[in-house]
Amino acid sequence: MDQILKMVAQRLALGVVTLFVVSLIIFSAVQLLPGDLAEAILGQSATPETVAAFRRELKLDLPAHERYFNWLFGIIQGDLGRSLANQREITELIGGRLLNTLFLAALAAAIAVPLSLTLGILAALYRNSFYDRAVNVFTLSSISFPEFFVAYILILVFAVNLGMFPSISNISGNLEFWERVYRTILPALTLTLVVVAHMMRMTRAAIINLLASPYIEMANLKGIKRGRVITHHALPNALSPIINVIVLNLAYLVVGVVIVEVVFVYPGLGQLMVDSVSKRDIPVVQACSLIFAATYVLLNLTADILSILSNPRLLHPR
Amino acid sequence: MRDFDSCKDLFASGKMTRRDFMQRAMALGATTALASTMAGQVMAATPKKGGRLRLGIGHGSTTDTLDPATYENLYVQVMGGAAHNKLTEIGNTGDLVSELAESWEPTPDAIQWRFKLRKGVEFHSGKTLDADDVVASFNHHRGDDSKSAAKPIVDPIEDIKTDGKDTVVFTMKSGNADFPFIVSDYHLAILPSKDGKADATSGTGTGGYTIEKYEPGVRTALKRFPNYWKSGKAHFDEAEMLSIVDVAARTNALTTGEIDAMDRVDIKTAHLLARKPNVNIAETSGTAHYTFAMRTDTPPFDNNHVRLALKHAVDREALLKTILRGHGVVGNDHPIGRSNRFHADDLPQRSYDIDKAKFHLKKAGLSSLKVDLSAADAAFAGAVDAAVLFKEHAAKAGIDINVVREPNDGYWSNVWLKKPWCAVYWGGRPTEDWMFSTAYAAGAPWNDTFWEHERFNKLLIQARAELDEAKRRDMYTEMQRLVRDDGGVLVPMFNNYVMGLSTKVAHDTMGANWSLDGFRAIERWWFA
Repeated sequence: MDQILKMVAQRLALGVVTLFVVSLIIFSAVQLLPGDLAEAILGQSATPETVAAFRRELKLDLPAHERYFNWLFGIIQGDLGRSLANQREITELIGGRLLNTLFLAALAAAIAVPLSLTLGILAALYRNSFYDRAVNVFTLSSISFPEFFVAYILILVFAVNLGMFPSISNISGNLEFWERVYRTILPALTLTLVVVAHMMRMTRAAIINLLASPYIEMANLKGIKRGRVITHHALPNALSPIINVIVLNLAYLVVGVVIVEVVFVYPGLGQLMVDSVSKRDIPVVQACSLIFAATYVLLNLTADILSILSNPRLLHPR
Repeated sequence: MRDFDSCKDLFASGKMTRRDFMQRAMALGATTALASTMAGQVMAATPKKGGRLRLGIGHGSTTDTLDPATYENLYVQVMGGAAHNKLTEIGNTGDLVSELAESWEPTPDAIQWRFKLRKGVEFHSGKTLDADDVVASFNHHRGDDSKSAAKPIVDPIEDIKTDGKDTVVFTMKSGNADFPFIVSDYHLAILPSKDGKADATSGTGTGGYTIEKYEPGVRTALKRFPNYWKSGKAHFDEAEMLSIVDVAARTNALTTGEIDAMDRVDIKTAHLLARKPNVNIAETSGTAHYTFAMRTDTPPFDNNHVRLALKHAVDREALLKTILRGHGVVGNDHPIGRSNRFHADDLPQRSYDIDKAKFHLKKAGLSSLKVDLSAADAAFAGAVDAAVLFKEHAAKAGIDINVVREPNDGYWSNVWLKKPWCAVYWGGRPTEDWMFSTAYAAGAPWNDTFWEHERFNKLLIQARAELDEAKRRDMYTEMQRLVRDDGGVLVPMFNNYVMGLSTKVAHDTMGANWSLDGFRAIERWWFA
């Protein structure tokens, strides 16, 4: 167990370095984009004087490295700062949206993970059957369509034709849980369709890979039922790659859903980040990217820990 | 006619449905269009109170603010239309009507304007409106530290003074007969003053609705202000504004009843949306227009014959049909819309004429011409397509237009006012002087054609201070002709504002100055 704690500590330290590098890269990238906040906000109505006044007020006239270190200094003290565009506290801007994003990701994962594991195990069990092929065709087609297309199809069927679910996810702070689930179900289904194929195929492949091993053959020769061979003998050894794929997809559910947010008008972090990039609102962009990077770091760490825990050889190294 | 009248009464009092009314009216000899118009008029006469309007708006960003000085898109503009009042208002028929100012009086040279304020108007905070609030609200946009988009329009104000509690005196740098129009601008909302400074961040105003909750880029909850001074307006009890930027999402929300009205209908599918039984399409034609701005200080556009050749080399009808699907009118190479007071109706419409284009090209001493045209969809929806069509039209006259597709991002800072020829979008202005001084006067910061015409600029100043309507009409007509025949601007078309409304929503004649009833939908509309 000490081994694991040591690894976690190492990884977290590395993670902090990663976050620092990410913030540096994002800052320089936004800096390289043409124009700044003053020009972006005033748009067509910009005049040289108003742009200059804007820059003076927001200290945009300071050199870039000075602004970066001011920001970094704030972050180290736990202060994310204020949005340049509307002077709101960034914690306040992000708070609700982060919860929305996590809620959507959790709902999608709650549907997608059990579904893809079941489909994958069944596909391995009935390999090359009609069922196997049908599941493969279906999941591969749904991953091949762009997300917005899947989203529009779902809206057309479930919102416009059947009228079962709302076409936009009108989420506000004080909704009760099931009402929230009801309004979030279409974006969650869209995301499910997008991520199921990857996880399902990995489960299937990992299990089938093991089915050729001698110990499985032994189990078969003992006369154990095929279903039991797969769930009790093959699956535990296949867990490691499956966990990795699931975690990667979970990270995607948190950071990669901006298109789904736009189509369903879902107030999540992605939309906030896109708006902030287009207005060059650097502190908000930085805060969002730190959250996204931290998500990746933490989820990858989780994947590694779970892989080690699921594998006695790694748990007790000689 | 008595039968008509009795039908109207029944319909107005709600004892007859719209369908019955239409059938009866048509049986009595009215045409469909007439009956429909009559139904609209009768409904217009009887607004009903109550209900909660849900608006889906195709703009809105998490970076939006409540400060009218930086209102940048339709979302905040409509929100401002509900929460704030201005000194004057462009009414729904396009006339100037009084709002927070009860009356106004110029000196004969139109240099000094006295605005008398309405008495007993209350802010949402309970404070009573007085002259100091007006002064602070205007000063919010003035001065060196102003970051207001309205700074150029308040720059001509030399001085603002109060004269007692209800009178504000504006002194202009030079005479301006249109000043009462200018103070109706959406930036110039009257805000409460605190220690001489306007409070621009709390969203408090004198308007018909208070902002209960505002999440930038997501939604706004509005509630009727019980002490609103205006009578016969602000019918809804509550309103909710949703920012739905994706047009398909907005359309779905309207057809599935998630919202009651939306702006910016996708004109490619407007005819399909109109078939839905629960949806009406509303359209207004105002001052919004598209342009191709040529820099007259840069060769080859410094030669007027080159400009005229290009102006003759575009098939406006085809652009209107393809890019706007007919939801607009063709332009005549000047920025004054047909709803403007002094639109030059008798100026002949310029048409697609290859021979004339060739003639002007020859006059310019050229046998062929190769020019770059910068465009991006940030300029206006379909700008790149329009540029490519233009290229095809002009090719017949021996003009080779090279369409340069620019990035949307940063279009207004890197392309507009920089490249020699580019596509531009203008929301237009309610008065001729305002439009011309914004984008055509010599030295104006947004003079995107860098056009400097002596006679035009002389007329501009003369007409501005002239209080005689007939003389002004003559001057503005001449100025429109000058822009058309000498200016660097090519105005292929004026675009309509196309909106989708649930059949539950009723309204009077819609204001055409801006989208959504001149930004005033929440205060002007009601549930039938």
